[in-house]
Amino acid sequence: MLRTLKSKFLVDALAFTACGIVPAADVVGAGSTFVYPVMAKWSADYRAATQTRINYQAIGSGGGIAQIKARTVDFGASDKPLDSAELAAANLVQFPLVIGGVVPVVNVAGVSPGGIRFNGTVLADIFRGQIKRWNDPAIMALNPGLALPDQAITVVRRSDGSGTTFNFTNYLAKVSPEFKAKVGEGITVRWPVGIGGKGNEGVAAYVKQIKGGIGYVELTYALQSKMSYALMQNAAGEFVAPNEESFQAAADSAEWDQAQEFNLVITNAPGAKAWPIAATVFVMMNKQPKNVDNAKAALAYFDWVFANGAKQASALHYVSLPAKVQEQAKAHWAQALKY
Amino acid sequence: MQETLIAAAERRAVRDARHDRRFRWMMAGAGLFVLLALGGAALSMLWEGREAFSTFGFGFVTSSTWDAIGQQFGAWVAIRGTLVTALIAMLIAVPISFGIALFLTEVAPTWLRTPIGTAIELLAGIPSIIYGMWGLFVFVPMLAEHVYPWVDANLGSWPLVGTLFAGPPLGIGTLTAGLVLAIMVVPFISSVMRDVFLTVPTRLKESAYALGSTRWEVVWDVVLPYTRSAVIGGVFLGLGRALGETMAVTFVLGNAHELSTSLLMPGNSIAATIANEFAEADTDLYRSSLIALGFLLFVITFVVLALAKLMLRQLAKREGH
Repeated sequence: MLRTLKSKFLVDALAFTACGIVPAADVVGAGSTFVYPVMAKWSADYRAATQTRINYQAIGSGGGIAQIKARTVDFGASDKPLDSAELAAANLVQFPLVIGGVVPVVNVAGVSPGGIRFNGTVLADIFRGQIKRWNDPAIMALNPGLALPDQAITVVRRSDGSGTTFNFTNYLAKVSPEFKAKVGEGITVRWPVGIGGKGNEGVAAYVKQIKGGIGYVELTYALQSKMSYALMQNAAGEFVAPNEESFQAAADSAEWDQAQEFNLVITNAPGAKAWPIAATVFVMMNKQPKNVDNAKAALAYFDWVFANGAKQASALHYVSLPAKVQEQAKAHWAQALKY
Repeated sequence: MQETLIAAAERRAVRDARHDRRFRWMMAGAGLFVLLALGGAALSMLWEGREAFSTFGFGFVTSSTWDAIGQQFGAWVAIRGTLVTALIAMLIAVPISFGIALFLTEVAPTWLRTPIGTAIELLAGIPSIIYGMWGLFVFVPMLAEHVYPWVDANLGSWPLVGTLFAGPPLGIGTLTAGLVLAIMVVPFISSVMRDVFLTVPTRLKESAYALGSTRWEVVWDVVLPYTRSAVIGGVFLGLGRALGETMAVTFVLGNAHELSTSLLMPGNSIAATIANEFAEADTDLYRSSLIALGFLLFVITFVVLALAKLMLRQLAKREGH
């Protein structure tokens, strides 16, 4: 191992001196923690293929937007799209990059992964504190045959601001006007009940430890910590499981061409197999970057990701954009970013 | 010959005086640096938090609404959480630390003193995130399964204090945070106490023993009065740490901006709120409110330390020093 590493360094060094290539400075990106696992994998593979380093800092979506507005990074990544007015005001261009999903997880005795069903309004009622016990008639009606205990529901949500919370509350606000009025939608909301865990791992840990707990995490965390995730009834009335197929269906059925500058949240997508809480990661770039070469290098990287990144994404339970949307994104940046 | 000697001596005196002056300036600079850093930190927090203070006025301190969507921020839940968790920590940590320090200086056989002393110093060196993870993965499940159900069933129905101990046994909450904090501050307080107990002259203690005092009487009437100010200093060092502790508290406190009387229910603290929410504070008012929280923590710590100083002065006066 050490030998191969050493020889690799030697080869790198030789190649470096022999060709006299000066590698471009690192491309720096910042933002969403949701996308970090796949971004790190892509960056490593991209570096192996092209020697260009992508330095991505997972500081949170809000932080990513603030940094790209201040032009201190080459690109920002956010789980929440900006609208046209805000993009124009900050001189930014935005396009979608990859899709993932948020999953409700529960800790109830006798419920296995995929063993409990919710619909949007019941989930909204649980998270706004309206449904308080597991044997509530509304939950029982969706789960005939499941012996639900007479146990208090403990809601677990994020304590930090998060794109995961944004997509989750966006969905609940779409399906429940009461939720929208009482809790709202956003990266942080006014939760009336429950306890806050820090990060996906914090929520996962709390739900695992609190009997009667319910929370929401990215699919990867639910699978890694072997938690009981729920099936959701989507807009078409079908119960679907969270997986790449249903995330893909959500991405496919969303109406990207109707959205202005990709300002679209694909929750509650209409497709029959669509997962209702799918989440898109958006990239924001500045029209007048401080470093044009780096901005070009960043676009080359995203181009490579669209062409070669599907395998890595799928291994980490994300799905790549539908081909049609990739073409739209490329056309959009070619037209809007004139470097 | 003599003149040159005198001249040399004068030159030397001048040089010494110059060195002395420089040394004094350097020392003064080092001392002033602390004041500058402190003042700078306080002023910049006040300045950055001005928007929150001017928008909400004194209500920022007394309101318990924390609503990022409605842009209404009040610090009371966080302030109360900070004070209550620190208070619980001190109630537990001070007697334990006192016991440890006494054991090490008066009771333990000599061969045992060094290993236990070293162990305490090592405990002080564990990063707080480790305490947080341990709290979340080991301590919380244990409390939730074995301790809190009992607390809820037995103490929850007591008059007056019952409401403090009633509630579902989540394992995460104010009391857990206080317990973890107590474990974290014990090393600080006990090592200070041990060091000062060692400074008590042996002949004082031996005189007391010779007069027939028990070990407890020696400790209470000789050792403690002799070291009182240093002991209080150690206690307040621990309190300062408990007030400002962030990561460990974040993991076990529950981070809920709701006011609940029960210590078993989740709460929030100033440091935990800042750590959780700063990265995604997307409006100026939100960010400003978080920085204003930081300023309030600074004020609280300052007030606590000032009270400690006052207390020490009162004690000294009463003893006629």
